[in-house]
This record gives sequence, C-alpha cells and structure tokens, in this order.
Amino acid sequence: MRKGAELPPALEGADSLSNGSQAQRLRVRYAKRHRMRFASHRDIARVLERALRRAEVPVAFSAGFSPHPKISYAGAAPTGVASEAEYCELTLAEPMDPERVRERLNAAMPDGIAILDVVPAATSGWADRLEASEWRIELPGVGPDDAEAAVAAFLAAEQVEVERLTKKGRRRFDVRPAVFLLDVARRAATERQETYAILRLIVRHTTPVVRPDDVVTGLRQIADLALPAPARMTRLAQGPLDEDSGTIADPLAVDAAAARPGATVVSAHAGSAAARSGSGNVSAVQGL
Amino acid sequence: MTVESVFPQLEALLPHVQKPIQYVGGELNSVVKEWDDAEVRWALMYPDAYEVGVPNQGVQILYEILNEREGVLAERAYAVWPDLEKLMREHGVPHFTVDSHRPLAAFDVLGVSFASEMGYTNLLTALDLAGIPLHAVDRTDEHPIVLAGGHAMFNPEPIADFLDAVVLGDGEEIAIAITELIREFRREGSPGGRDELLSRLAATGGVYVPKFYDVTYLPDGRIEKYVPNRPGVPWRVQKHTVMNLDDWPYPKNPIVPIAESVHERYSVEIFRGCTRGCRFCQAGMITRPVRERSEKAIAAMVDHGLRSSGFQEVGLLSLSSADHSQISEITKNLADRYEGTHTGLSLPSTRVDAFNIDLANELTRNGRRSGLTFAPEGGSERMRRVINKMVTEEDLIRTVTAAYAAGWRQVKLYFMCGLPTEEDADVLAIADLARKVIKTGREVTGRRDIRCTVSIGGFVPKPHTPFQWAGQAPHEVVDSRLRKLRDALRSDREYGKSIGLRYHEGRPSIIEGLLSRGDRRLCRVVERVWREGGRFDGWSEYFSYERWVKAVEEELADEPVDLDWYTVRERDADEVLPWDHLDAGLDREWLWQDWQDALHGEEAVEVDDCRWSPCYDCGVCPSMGTQIQTHGVPGRKLLPLSVV
Repeated sequence: MRKGAELPPALEGADSLSNGSQAQRLRVRYAKRHRMRFASHRDIARVLERALRRAEVPVAFSAGFSPHPKISYAGAAPTGVASEAEYCELTLAEPMDPERVRERLNAAMPDGIAILDVVPAATSGWADRLEASEWRIELPGVGPDDAEAAVAAFLAAEQVEVERLTKKGRRRFDVRPAVFLLDVARRAATERQETYAILRLIVRHTTPVVRPDDVVTGLRQIADLALPAPARMTRLAQGPLDEDSGTIADPLAVDAAAARPGATVVSAHAGSAAARSGSGNVSAVQGL
Repeated sequence: MTVESVFPQLEALLPHVQKPIQYVGGELNSVVKEWDDAEVRWALMYPDAYEVGVPNQGVQILYEILNEREGVLAERAYAVWPDLEKLMREHGVPHFTVDSHRPLAAFDVLGVSFASEMGYTNLLTALDLAGIPLHAVDRTDEHPIVLAGGHAMFNPEPIADFLDAVVLGDGEEIAIAITELIREFRREGSPGGRDELLSRLAATGGVYVPKFYDVTYLPDGRIEKYVPNRPGVPWRVQKHTVMNLDDWPYPKNPIVPIAESVHERYSVEIFRGCTRGCRFCQAGMITRPVRERSEKAIAAMVDHGLRSSGFQEVGLLSLSSADHSQISEITKNLADRYEGTHTGLSLPSTRVDAFNIDLANELTRNGRRSGLTFAPEGGSERMRRVINKMVTEEDLIRTVTAAYAAGWRQVKLYFMCGLPTEEDADVLAIADLARKVIKTGREVTGRRDIRCTVSIGGFVPKPHTPFQWAGQAPHEVVDSRLRKLRDALRSDREYGKSIGLRYHEGRPSIIEGLLSRGDRRLCRVVERVWREGGRFDGWSEYFSYERWVKAVEEELADEPVDLDWYTVRERDADEVLPWDHLDAGLDREWLWQDWQDALHGEEAVEVDDCRWSPCYDCGVCPSMGTQIQTHGVPGRKLLPLSVV
C-alpha cells in the first residue's frame, strides 16, 4: 500500500510547531479532471504549492537546510487518469477556517483541479484507511456485449498476469486478486448513441498497486478485447472498503464528524480499525 | 469562419507520449480569447521543448501585450517531441497552439523566437506539421506570415528561404506596429494580397523580408552583394530599441506551467543591454544601449508577479545584473520585503567583487549557501585582455576568497575554449587558476571540503561582434586542449580532487558556428538535415554531427564553399558578410578596429564601459536615436557571478 508520511497521532487537528505557534492539520480531497488528468503527481504537487502561496494559506514549512511546505500525499492517481478522490494533508502554521481554505484554494487553481473537501485532521492513520478505489473505465468504440464477455472471462480466471514498465524496469504481476468488483454499467452504455462501454471497478490497494490500466490490459489479453481508442479512467472514490455492501466509505468521515460541534473522538485509531473490521467507520464516532 | 480545436484528436494521442501535460495548456495566466472576435491573430512559437520554451521572456511579453489589445489574439506553441510528431503524422493532426489547440495554419502571423541557431530544424517540423509550405515563395494568401525574431535572427540567412519576415531587436513596439499594419490592410480588403502586405512591412524599414533581396556571389564563393529587388524596399533594415522600460512592465501575469520547466520562477528584466564590451558577446553588442528599469518599477513588478503566479523564486535578469546602478537597494528591499516568506531571490548573470559577495550574502539571507559561479571566461591574463574581460588574477582570487570566507563552499568558474589567438598555455592556465583558488580557499577557511568546478564552453564567433571576422578553432584543437587541461588536473595530487571539470566536445560548436555565420546557401543544408531526421539539435541525444557534415558536403558539392570555409576561415575587412544589410547600430569600422585591437595579445587595447567612462563611438546611440538610461550612481568594475 502506498502511504503518505506518517504523522504522530493528534486530536482535533491542532498541535504546536517548534516555534510555539498553533498549528493545524487539514485533510483535503481534491479532483483532477479533463485535461488535468495528464498531470503527473509531481505536477499536481507543484500546482498545489503555488496555489497555497497565491491563496495566502499559511502553510507550515519544514525546518532544515532546504525548507519545504508540509504537505503529505496518499495514494496519488497515475498520470493520464482523472480522479474525483485524491487526498493530501496540509499542515498550517496558524489555524484557518477549512471552508475558507477550500474557497481560496479553488480560486487559485488552474481549471481542472478542484478542492472538494477540507476537514481538520482528528485521527491518525488516515492513509491506512485508503484501502481500495472505485474506478469508472470508459471504453469508446467497445460494444457492451464484448465488454461483458471480456469481464466474464476476466472474473472467471484464477490469475491474470500483466506486464508494466515500472521505475524498476519491466515487471509482471497478477492483477486478478486485487479486483474486488468488475462489471459493465449497461444502462450508461446504452444511453449513448455511439458504441461505448463503461466498466465499474473496485480494486483493493495491494503491492504493487493494481491500476485501472492494468485491468484494461488484462481484459485485452484474456479476451482479445480490442480498443479502437484509449480507455478513459476516472477514480470515483478511495477509502475503506465495505465488502458486504461492495461500497467504499469516505475516509475523511471520521475527521469531518469530529469537527462538528459536540463531537468527541473515541479513539484516534477508530477509523481505520472500524474500516478493517468491515463494520463501517462512521459509527465508531459518538455524538452523531 | 470559426476554426475548430484539434484537442479531441490530440487527446487520443496523449496517453501514448512522454509528459503529455506539456501539450494541454490551461496554465494559470494563460489566455484564450474568442476566435471570431479577433481581427489579427498571432501564434507565438518557441521552437524548442515546452519545458525550455515556456519560461521564455520574449514570448511571454508579446503574448501579454498582444492579448491586452482589442481585436487581437495571441496563442502559444512549442516544438513537439518526436514521439508526438510521429503520432500526429500517422493520425493527420496538425501542429497546434497549447492555448486553444487551433492549427498554426489558421493564424495570421506565426511568430517564432530564435534564441539559438539550434532550433532551426524544429521550425521546419512545425511548418510541415502545420501544413504551411516550407519555402516562403510557395505560400499563398491562405497561409500565415512566418515572422522570426530573437538574438539568432541578427543573421537569419541560413533559414531565410523559410521566413516571410524578420524583426531585429526588442519586440514590444514592432509587434504592435505590425499588428496595426495588418489590421489596416485587412480593413482595406487586403489589396494586392500577401506580397503587398510584405511590401508594406518592408517599407517601414524595420521589417526584413528576405525574398525582397537578391544575393549574388563572387567566383571564390564570397558574397558579392545584397540588392533589394523591388521598389520601396530599403537597403538596410534597422533593429528596434524600446526606451523607458518602466513603461513596459511585462510580463505582469507570468504563465505558471503545470509541467516542470527549466526556470521555475518569476523573472524581471532589471535592465536591457550591456556595454561592458566583451568582444565575444553577441548579446552585449546587439542590445545596446543600457536601459535600466527603476527600483520602484522592479519592486512593483515583483509584488504583482508573485501574487499573480505563486512562484517561490524571483529572478532578476539582465546580461550583468550587479551592474544595475541601484542593485544594492533592489536586493536589500526585496530581501527585507520577503524575509520569512520562503521566497528566493536569484541574480542569474552577475559580476562580482568583494562588495558583491555582500550582495550574494544578502540574496541568501535565509537560505543555503551552496555555490557561486564566476565567469572569467579566459584562463590567462593575456586571453582576458584579448576578449576585453578585464579581470586580474588578484581580483579573482580576492573575490573567491571572500566567498569562501562568507561560508560558500563551492565555486564554479566558467571559461571558454577556442578563443581567437588562444594557445595551449592559455587553456592550461585555467588549471593554475583553479589550483590557486583551492589553495587560498583552504587557507582562509581551514577546511579541505571546499570545491571548485571548472566549466568550459566552446567559443563560437557571432555576427555583429568584433570577433565576427575570426576563424573558429577547429574542433580537434579544442578537444586536444581540453584533454591536456583534464590531464593536468587529474595528475595534480594536492588539489586535483577538489577541482571538477565539465566540458563538451567541440563538434556541436562547429555546427553552431556554421549556422551563426552562414548565408542563404545553407537553407538547402538545413532542409536536408531536417529531411534526414534532424530534430532538437540543441539536445545532445538528438544532435548528429555526421548528419550535418554529410548534408553540407552533398548540398554544397557544386559550390566553392564547404564547412571549413564557413567556420575556421578568417574573414577580411572588405568581405561582404551575410548580415551586413541588417543594422544593429554598430559601426562596422569600430567593430573592425576593436577586432584589430584584440589581436595585440599582451598589448591588446582595453575598452572601458561607456556608462562610467567616455563614449567609445560604437555607433549605436547616434544611429538608433537612443541613449543610456540609468537611475543611480555609475557602477564599478566587477567580476561576473551568479548564485546557485
């Protein structure tokens, strides 16, 4: 599993910096859409740092030889895919209203990058809660029946080995075990005039991370699925996986709930523990 | 007529190319104006990769100035890498602008900025991908005016056949003038078509239209003469000089790239021009006189530019930034203003003495002190006298000592190899200088971990400089001297390990030299190299010396000239040079005299800066109607430096 830098447990999103001032940690959900899906993770990080400066959000800086803004990322989507569910955590040197941070950052961002939620951090282990992702995979020019057949073949297979070029060179791995759900969203497909298939995919975060394009590669290999045009992929959600309902919960729900007036957090680890037990994470917080 | 965006077709190709983000546009401060509302539409191209082109000041300034005008639209384009070029050819996608992804061929003017000669083949790729005929004479009223500018265009002859028009010098005012001339021409119903428009541009005296000049050659290959071939076309074309930089505070809202680029900062040009008189320096010769921006105007630009962009670093640009008469106030005020904000300041091109070590310290008040770069350019005192870079060894050692004492640990020294009259001893003197630097540094600091990196570039004689007549050193000579220098440093047990050496082989400099001082006969060579696959010649992984040599041999087989004739041959005073009809304001007699003065070696005549000593009659101010503009007390003679 890919993680952001681990931070010490903290309650109510506030702790103090070395200079004694009040610090605040904020967790952010953001989207990369349309042409911005071609931005790499490093590109997005640069955009965010500049937006913070433009928006005059008082982000904290690390100490040392070459200070850099305190931002940690978790589970970033690869270059070329869109996402409605990217996450990072900011440390501010002084507290600021999360809603104001959201508004100001949105005003400072290029079109296609949108800040969706900003909540004060109230728990630890948030990166661990990003257990799985839900993806929408659009396959222009692919008939829904062909897509159905390929998906059936994929799901019936014991293992689906694909090859991908990684930083460490060519790597072969089995993508089948990480796939929790894969189906064809028929209704969406038939609404369109042209031939078009849309797949829904839920994939568990494993090592190596199975990306939606790996699954598409698997479909092409196992069922000779031909793609007349590049697949378009969008991450719809990222968070704790509820295997019973087949849904992904909001990983920031615990933090958001704790931020409401009167809320108290039972355990800093409640979120991830609850998610792992499969009982849903929101119920672990009292005061709802 | 509405022109469709090619983005849908391009988008399908992007998953298959490296760094697709560079092609999508949408950067902060980019502008997309309504196509149908514009009367004059410019595509501004930088003929190199996006990562190199996007920070370019010239393109950003013109982009903003043109887009601020009513009824005028400007969009940007950059060279596409070969992976995308291949796919665009396969799928019939034309070359596009990154702002609205409209095809280049749909614009009225394709303006191309050439900082260097090595982008010439990329121009041909762009024209070809855009469906614009490569040769100006083959274009019709349907095609854009292909207009070039930038420092390399002070001799555009090697690509003259591919250009409709060329402008020399500062682009701000002439871009507006050309725009208005085109607007007027359009309103009249474009009488006489393309050639009439070009004639009107040429008649201004400030736009060079290559096809309106006939060139004839002598039997030995030299140029006989350039003659205008239609009425109203001037014998000489003048460069443009913008006075009062404070009236032109651009870029105001810099493009903030999403992709990584070579300069991630907000840059402000603190002055234009340089009159130090370094004889090798084309930029210093063609941008005269010095015109300073005021401290107040600079502060206002930095304030607005940082707010607008979110950049973390400010670059104070010029040809020699510490020479600004108000440099102390500028840097101190900026350092005060941005203290504690994690905003970096840099002076990329600066001269320094002990006073300016204080300046360097100021720039790094809150940051690290890793390295300083000094550019003595010549290894021996004699060599520095030849090139008029008047720095004594004592100056240099004193300066470097001050730097080490102030806590800097690494010093980089920049030199050139292959300078006129150079001998092995001049290059080996670089090793002596580096040793002395380390020896003194160790004494001052009491430490052994200080380092000195020697970085060496090959000298290329450039048009409009006193060295424009010089024979370029053969690449074998340059390579042999560099090997001797490397061996001298390697065999030094005491200091060798503290001295790093960086250099490139001499062959690419020969091709740069060919294109720098070439004439129209080279258009065939450039086209041939491009047809054989030449792309991105400024990038060592794409450059092929053999491809250029073969193209020169085959395309010039029937001519009395060859590669050596263009490069290592020394020219006489009476030879007609391919750029003699292009007027940078410099008096040819003065340039020749300065070249002769340089050749006296130990006795070479020094030229002092006209900002603080009498005018030496280079000719620029009287012929261009310009004058020096400074704001404070005259500067002092300093060594070149930049903070890393």
